[in-house]
Amino acid sequence: MQPEPQLATLRQLSDGFAAGKFSCVEVTQEFLNKIKELNSSLNCFISVDAQRSLAQARAADAQRAAGKAQLLTGVPLAQKDIFCAQGWLTTCGSKMLSNFVSPYDAHVIERFNAAGAVNLGKTNMDEFAMGSSNETSFYGPVKNPWDTTRVPGGSSGGSAAAVAARLAPAATGTDTGGSIRQPAALTGICGLKPTYGVVSRYGMIAFASSLDQGGPMARTADDMGLMLNVMAGFDARDSTSLQRDAEDYTRELANPLAGLRIGLPKEFFGAGAAPDVSRAVESAIAEYRKLGCETVEVSLPNMALSVPVYYVLAPAEASSNLSRFDGVRYGHRARDYTDLTDMYEKTRAEGFGAEVKRRILIGAYVLSHGYYDAYYIRAQKLRRLIAQDFTEAFKQCDVIMGPTSPSTAFKIGEKAGDPVQMYLSDIYTIAVNLAGLPGMSIPCGFDSGGLPVGLQIIGNYFAEARMLNVAHQYQLATDWHQRAPKGIEEIAR
Amino acid sequence: MALTLDDVKRVAHLARIAINDAEAKATHAQLTGIFELIAQMEAVAVSAIEPMPHAQDLVQRLRADAVTEANQREQFQAVAPQVDAGLYLVPKVIE
Repeated sequence: MQPEPQLATLRQLSDGFAAGKFSCVEVTQEFLNKIKELNSSLNCFISVDAQRSLAQARAADAQRAAGKAQLLTGVPLAQKDIFCAQGWLTTCGSKMLSNFVSPYDAHVIERFNAAGAVNLGKTNMDEFAMGSSNETSFYGPVKNPWDTTRVPGGSSGGSAAAVAARLAPAATGTDTGGSIRQPAALTGICGLKPTYGVVSRYGMIAFASSLDQGGPMARTADDMGLMLNVMAGFDARDSTSLQRDAEDYTRELANPLAGLRIGLPKEFFGAGAAPDVSRAVESAIAEYRKLGCETVEVSLPNMALSVPVYYVLAPAEASSNLSRFDGVRYGHRARDYTDLTDMYEKTRAEGFGAEVKRRILIGAYVLSHGYYDAYYIRAQKLRRLIAQDFTEAFKQCDVIMGPTSPSTAFKIGEKAGDPVQMYLSDIYTIAVNLAGLPGMSIPCGFDSGGLPVGLQIIGNYFAEARMLNVAHQYQLATDWHQRAPKGIEEIAR
Repeated sequence: MALTLDDVKRVAHLARIAINDAEAKATHAQLTGIFELIAQMEAVAVSAIEPMPHAQDLVQRLRADAVTEANQREQFQAVAPQVDAGLYLVPKVIE
C-alpha cells in the first residue's frame, strides 16, 4: 500500500516515482509547503530555497522520464547546515558564517546531487556541532515535535526534528560525540554514525577531525542503508577517508537474526539511565530474544573515562580547526578595530557563541606549553584503553546494545546553564566515537510522558550492513519507528 | 593544576578571542567545573600505553606532485570580507 508522500519512506517515494503515482516536483512542493507551515514553530531549517529545490526536482523528473533514474532520483532530503553546498547559505549554526554562501559542494552533497536527490533545505544545529540540545545555535533552539517545550537533542537537532515532524523523509547528520544518535533517540527516529573514515569529511565543516563522521537520519533502517550507499566511499580529498570496496549496505536486511550474540555492557545498565529508558531498552532486548538472539554480559570498564577524555581531545582539535575563522577570507569580520590582532580578537569574540568559545579555550589550554602531556597525551592514551575495551567485548558478541541517552528529551533551558550536566548527557555515545566504531539509534518505546526512547546498537568496525539488518528485523517485528508526534497521522501499515 | 583567572585571560589571548573581566570571571567558574570533570583522567596509570591519535592506523597517502586544482580565486574571494585586486585586505602589519 502506498502512503501519501509526506508519510512515505525513501523506498516508498522511489517506488511511487517509478510507478508514476506522483512526480518529484509534486512531492518536493508538498514538503516545501509543510516546511512553510511548521518551520516557524519548530525552527528545524536555517535555509530553505524553494527555487533551487524545485529546479533539482524538475531535473529529477526529466531524468525519470528519460529512463535514467537511480534509486534516490527525485527524493527530497534535508541537509545539516554543516555540509557546504554550492550556492547555499552554509552557516554551521554560527554568526561567524551567517553570511557564508558556499562556493563548493561537500563530498556528501556531491554524492547526493549525482544520485539525483533534491536538497530540501539546510537544517538547524548546535553552533559548529558543539552541543547536545540544539540550544547553542545562533539561529535559536529547535523545538522537539513531540513536545515543543523540549529540546530535540543535538547537535543534529534540526535534521532530527524535521524527520520526526515529517517535514523531510530523511536527512543528513554528523556525529562527533553522539550528535546523530542522541537527537535521533530524543525525537523517535533512526540515526547511524558509520565507522570513522567511511564517509568523507570533505566540505563538512570540521569540529574534531579525528572523531567527526557524517551519517544518515531516517525513519527506517532500510532508508538509512539506501542513504549510506550514496554517502559512503573513498575520497582522496579527506586524508582519513578509507580505501575500501563499495558495498551495498542493504544486502543483509532480510537475514534472520537467530544466533546473533548481543553484548550488554553492565556499565550501560546501572543507575545512570532514567527508569523509563531502562525499561524500554530492556523490552527491546526481550524482543530480540524472541527473534532468536542470545544475550551475553560484557564490560566496558573504562567507559566512565570517555567523557573527560572527549572533553580534552574534542576541544583540542576544535581550537585548532576553528582558528581558520579569523575574518580574513570568509565569514564575519568585526566592524571596528585598531590593528590586526584587535581585528582577530573582536571578530572571534563577536562571531562565536559562548559554548564554542568555552571549547576553544579548553582546547587552547590543554595544548599550551606545560600542559600538553598532562592533558592531551594522557587523553590519547586513555582513548586507546577505551577502544581496547570494545575489542575485548566484541570477542564475545556480534553487536552491543544499550540506551542511546540516559534520559528522554529534557526541557529547553533545563541544562543550558550547566555545561558539565549537558556533557554528561552523551555518556553512552562518546566512547563509540573515541573508538571509531559504528553506532546507531533506533526508536524502541516511550517514557511515561509519551517521549521517545532510543535503543543504541554498536557494531564492530565496518559492520554497518549487519547493524542495519539487526535494526530492520526489529522494525519488522515492532512499530515504534512508525509512531509520529501528535497531529501527524500514523503511517498506513 | 588549578586553573587561575590569569590562565583564562592568557589562553583567550592565545586563541585570539577578546574577553573582558566579567566574561573572564564567568568563564573561569565554568572551566573550573569542566576541569574537575577532566581530572578524573588522573585516576588511571597510563605510562605503558601508546597514545591513540586516530581510530584507524592510517598511513598518509602520497600523490603525484601535479597541479590538480583549477584557479577559483574569484569565486572564493567573492565571500571574503575585504579584497582588492585579487588580494585579501587586512589592517597594516608593517610600518
